Amino acid sequence: MFDALTLVTGVAALLLAAWCGWAAYRDQPTKDWHFIGMAVVTVLALVQLVVGIVLLARGEKPEQGTTIFVAYLLGSFACVPAAGFMSLAERSKWGSVTVAAGGVVLAVLEVRLYDIWGG
Amino acid sequence: MAVSEDKPTRARLISGPGILLVWLYGVMVVGAVSRSAYQIATEFDRAPLAYSLSAVAGLVYGFITYTLVRGGETARKAARVCCAAELAGVLTVGTWTMVEPSAFPDATVWSDFGMGYVFIPVLLPVSALYWLRKNARRGDAA
Repeated sequence: MFDALTLVTGVAALLLAAWCGWAAYRDQPTKDWHFIGMAVVTVLALVQLVVGIVLLARGEKPEQGTTIFVAYLLGSFACVPAAGFMSLAERSKWGSVTVAAGGVVLAVLEVRLYDIWGG
Repeated sequence: MAVSEDKPTRARLISGPGILLVWLYGVMVVGAVSRSAYQIATEFDRAPLAYSLSAVAGLVYGFITYTLVRGGETARKAARVCCAAELAGVLTVGTWTMVEPSAFPDATVWSDFGMGYVFIPVLLPVSALYWLRKNARRGDAA
């Protein structure tokens, strides 16, 4: 269950990165549709956070420790919204690049989460 | 150039590509600080040098992020010094971990030139220095 969610979130993050990278390539700032995309990825990360905490509460143990697991869950939840706010402040293609970088960072976090959970 | 109405914006450092730098630095701050905080709290004895270095790296990243966001001439100089220090740190620690791995039983953010972090630690200061230089020239011209 958790691994599937990690995979979905990671793939969604990469898609978001590609999408915003494309916008940057065409010299465009992030638009409403991009923000909806970010919202979708963020909701996925939030679901993952909740599922992760529920799994912990039911007594399951991540392979590499509970603290690291929770820290990465929080980090991956905060990642895309933070990049999104920065792209709001920077209305140029560099805002799009920032969100693309945020998507890549989230994908890396998901890979780490997979290891930490011990998939 | 420095008229009073310029004051609120204070020659912003973060516009254009700068925003990407701030973002990546922000990520590195969170990464380095949380990592070292966790490791120092739980297993400091295993690799004190490595964990202390991660903590120092985190502080340097935090300071650079702050100066980039704050902007202004003083901040720009400070950011420059810190980026140079950071670059020196990455290169030193990177070489050190290659030459004598036994000094570092566990990895730091700067081990092997930041390979575990997609080489971001070594690429960041270089691009930041470049960005600060370019920005300064534009400032002179204006």
